[in-house]
Amino acid sequence: MQGKRTVFPNKVLPYLLLLPQLAVTIVFFLWPAAQAFWSSFQREDAFGFKTTFVWFANYTKLFADPVYLNSFRTTVIFSLAVSLLSLGIALLLAVAATRMLRSSRIYSTLIVWPYAVAPAIAGILWWFLFNPSIGIIAYVLRRFGIDWNHLVDPNDAMILVVIAATWKQISYNFLFFMAGLQSIPHSLEEAAAIDGAGPTKRFWTIIFPLLSPTTFYLMVINVVYAMFDTFGVIHATTEGGPARATEILVYKVYFDGFVGLNLGSSAAQSVILMAIVIGLTVVQFRWVERRVQY
Amino acid sequence: MVENRPLLNFLSHLLLILGVAVVVFPVYVAFIASTHGPNDFLSGVVPLWPGPHLLENYSQMLTTGLSSSGAPPLLPMMWNSLIMAVGVAVGKISISILSAFAIVYFRFPFRTLAFWMIFITLMLPVEVRIVPTFQVVASLGMLNNYGGLIVPLIASATATFLFRQFFLTVPDELMEAARVDGAGPLKFFWDILLPLSRTNIAALFIILFVLGWNQYLWPLLITTDPHLYTVVMGIKRMAAVADAEPRWNIVMAAVMLAALPPVLVIVAMQRLFVKGLTETEK
Repeated sequence: MQGKRTVFPNKVLPYLLLLPQLAVTIVFFLWPAAQAFWSSFQREDAFGFKTTFVWFANYTKLFADPVYLNSFRTTVIFSLAVSLLSLGIALLLAVAATRMLRSSRIYSTLIVWPYAVAPAIAGILWWFLFNPSIGIIAYVLRRFGIDWNHLVDPNDAMILVVIAATWKQISYNFLFFMAGLQSIPHSLEEAAAIDGAGPTKRFWTIIFPLLSPTTFYLMVINVVYAMFDTFGVIHATTEGGPARATEILVYKVYFDGFVGLNLGSSAAQSVILMAIVIGLTVVQFRWVERRVQY
Repeated sequence: MVENRPLLNFLSHLLLILGVAVVVFPVYVAFIASTHGPNDFLSGVVPLWPGPHLLENYSQMLTTGLSSSGAPPLLPMMWNSLIMAVGVAVGKISISILSAFAIVYFRFPFRTLAFWMIFITLMLPVEVRIVPTFQVVASLGMLNNYGGLIVPLIASATATFLFRQFFLTVPDELMEAARVDGAGPLKFFWDILLPLSRTNIAALFIILFVLGWNQYLWPLLITTDPHLYTVVMGIKRMAAVADAEPRWNIVMAAVMLAALPPVLVIVAMQRLFVKGLTETEK
């Protein structure tokens, strides 16, 4: 691992400097993760008196459980919808904003601030807009003959949480696309323009391919965001309902662990989620080594 | 811009204005709702122009709150959020800068192991290991206090990486000169490295402040005592009540107040914020 050519000779000091970070890491990260791993192989009886070692029973039960499989499917649909929508909208806005010479900073400021809004608050804002009895969007939809009710209709509920989660994420993607677009050399686009390529052709043959490292990086980050950081959106609005239509995996871990008190199953779900995060992190870091290029 | 195309310029402006409108719309409606009286919603639709109850709603929210929801007034909740946000930001920055210093400027057994242990935290977000982490915090007696809210969140791989990357770009000559002049490691850290890291620290502080303020799941688990509720999680309790009784006006006042501090921070420090965001996450 990279370090300095010359270093300080102290033997004990570096350990003291590392101590706080490592202590927090071990006590609140590694130890709980090991606990989750351990208890995912155990089953606790209803009163918590006795735990038995059950090997992979928690896992096999999970993957035979239609509720869990359904939660998996919900998570995939939700994450893909949020990632693709927020990436697409952000790219469109970023391309438009880089065309602007003077107004690009003002537009950026106006688009960027939702980054600071908590997911839970984003959820409540849209929950209010779509509220079946007093929400303004629900009112307009009714005028168009659409009977919106996210309290009853699973699809409506899903659309609601996707919109809320997307709304918050656009700002983040926008910033990275802006940075990516600004780093593309101007001369390439000018050369193509001289050769007679129009704006659309230039976008698809030059800008979009050169932007692919940014896009790929953002894709991973967005999936992570949609899978893990949107707990607040779900918990503050639909609470996984109606009929478990918006119960993403992270919500289910929480619900089974704290409300259902099914600790073995919740631990097994935690371990599966950890495996997913580790997979995504590996993908992300491999990409940093070998950038996607055409 | 390569060539002048008036139509394309017009379309771009149109698109951006539309985008800004979509981004601003929910907050605009929330703001409007927060300026009306409780009965203005009974007609079935939210009004679109400000009403006369702005000060009344906000001062009610800040000082007395929505008593039927069991949540305290907003002012103490915002105070808790502030403590948590600053605590998380300062904690993460301090322990990360120290460990980056150790990793870059010293050579000692298990250096790589320490680096990887810090790296692993990146793969274990709190949402994933909720139950066991809660049990650890409970067994340490850290439920319902600021320590429990802050300390378990302050390990940070990204902040450590950022400082490590930055320290690697600091010229070796600085350290050699300091050693020749007889400065020990701590003096070098305090008098040279820390001042050089000022911009990085400021940029990181903004990102981490917003992150800390917006924590939701963690305070939800750790605090059962209303005196320690943070504002983002406290609002959920009010919103749950608001569906039963028409109090959306003051719930939206609470939403505005909860969202305002972090939004103000990043709008006021946009340049630093963008730098922090695009550099820490890579």
